[in-house]
Amino acid sequence: MIVSVASGKGGTGKTTIAVNLALALQRENNVKFFDCDVEAPNAYLFLKPQITHSEPVTTGCPTIDGTRCTFCGKCAEICAFHALVVLKERVLLYPELCHDCGGCKLFCPQHAIGKKERKIGIIETGFAGNIAFFQGHLTPGEPFSPPVIRALKRMVSNDAIVILDAPPGTSCPVVTTLEGSDFCLLVTEPTPYGLHDLSLAVELVQKLEIRAGVVVNRADIGDDKVDAYCAKKGLPVLMRLPYDKELAIKYAQGVSAVGVLPEYQQKFFQLYQDINELAR
Amino acid sequence: MKTLTIISGKGGTGKTSIVGSFASLAKNAVFADCDVDAADLSLITDARIKTVQEFKASQKARIDVAKCIQCGDCEDACRFNAIQNCKVDHFLCEGCRVCSLVCPQGAISMEDVCSGQLFVSDTPYGPLVHARLEPGEENSGKLVTLVRQTAEQIARDQGFEYIIVDGPPGIGCPVIASLTGATASLIVTEPTLSAISDLKRVLSVCNHFKVPAFVCVNRCDLYQENVRRITKFCQQEGVEILGMIPYDLNVVRALVRRKPVVCYTESAASQQITKLWGRLAERVTLL
Repeated sequence: MIVSVASGKGGTGKTTIAVNLALALQRENNVKFFDCDVEAPNAYLFLKPQITHSEPVTTGCPTIDGTRCTFCGKCAEICAFHALVVLKERVLLYPELCHDCGGCKLFCPQHAIGKKERKIGIIETGFAGNIAFFQGHLTPGEPFSPPVIRALKRMVSNDAIVILDAPPGTSCPVVTTLEGSDFCLLVTEPTPYGLHDLSLAVELVQKLEIRAGVVVNRADIGDDKVDAYCAKKGLPVLMRLPYDKELAIKYAQGVSAVGVLPEYQQKFFQLYQDINELAR
Repeated sequence: MKTLTIISGKGGTGKTSIVGSFASLAKNAVFADCDVDAADLSLITDARIKTVQEFKASQKARIDVAKCIQCGDCEDACRFNAIQNCKVDHFLCEGCRVCSLVCPQGAISMEDVCSGQLFVSDTPYGPLVHARLEPGEENSGKLVTLVRQTAEQIARDQGFEYIIVDGPPGIGCPVIASLTGATASLIVTEPTLSAISDLKRVLSVCNHFKVPAFVCVNRCDLYQENVRRITKFCQQEGVEILGMIPYDLNVVRALVRRKPVVCYTESAASQQITKLWGRLAERVTLL
């Protein structure tokens, strides 16, 4: 079972929910946790994994053989991403814009284009108790996180309970994370921001045809419009967590609720049972 | 004309709430909501949309079934696994058009995709440029650039002093597009280990793109030990902390009423945000 945890809005509690779910389930299940928020990964602060393996993530970009190039400009014409500019006697390459589609190399009439790999991030794997842990880091300054997320997701296998902690937003990094999920938990808060961004996230999971349920965090601070929206959409609200200053302080220190409050073990265990039921 | 970009690394630290208050405090500014995936600034600035423009930045491949001979050349050439059994997956297709060029039958065309919309709105505080990226679409960086360019044009045409950018979370292309060429950035953080980890990453991006950075600490009274960590880190990096804003339920009350928190003048957060704006505006005049 592959469960992703997303939101639309940042800071609603995705990592909190994902981490607590993993911790509640690990005693009796094989759990694999993927921190797919490769721009700003935080789950390691709570799961405190021992990292056993690390490898770079690279992407290809073209190299130009100056001895063969005739500056015909065909490569720049082909490139849909404006990563190549051909001047009178120079070819300018913008590697950060290259999507590694291979088009320039394929169509260069002089076979003057080769390929080199450049590093854009790393992925790390390890263990946290009974949880197999996977995370990625996008190198600061690099624009595109999906290749790092894809490298992580190549290690997803459906022989355990897989939890994918998604990045915020609704665009390509989130799509790359959510694809292939059996269920998506959408974490929100009962405020105009929470409602607005939840509706965008719901549009996304509907487009991706993934079943979804909602967790309302800080449920006692705000208004009732998120509840009304979920009822109207037929979206199950699977958990409501009140604002708890003591838990917020623990969070600030990198301590999870399941770690300190026994009743949360049962709450998150039950959450998984409900997900399992709905995902059938 | 000075561009101030408000970012955070970590989501949910309070960027939009703070920018909403800056909107009320800054007398001569255009606002740009560059969190195009989840644009919320219009919710608290009483925005009335004046113009809407379609945003078409990507193309997707389309296979004409009538011409297709199912040779599979397109599937072999596609680096993104976006073609299977002669069908294009809309989400996996990156619009590189290699398939359309290799197809021996000319059966593949590239179609413009409407990825979202750009809005120019009036607010009681000045013009607001914002956008909606269709959920699941790409090129958020390009849409951010369009939002900024539109805001810059308005600022030039109407003589505004500031462009204040509400940035997205993370460090990827929409953040980079919000940040490059800005006069300064304000990083909104909070005293949690998660936010501190992300503060370090987003500050690297500011340094990479040579944008001077300032910091403010939101919910500063949550956990003092982490405030010390942030203070020490900023000192080591030579980054000035311009504001410490306490946790204040008035922020949520104001949000639910769709108003900037500085409307609650007695609120502790409101008072600190007002001082923050004063300091930021002063620092920026020196840049």
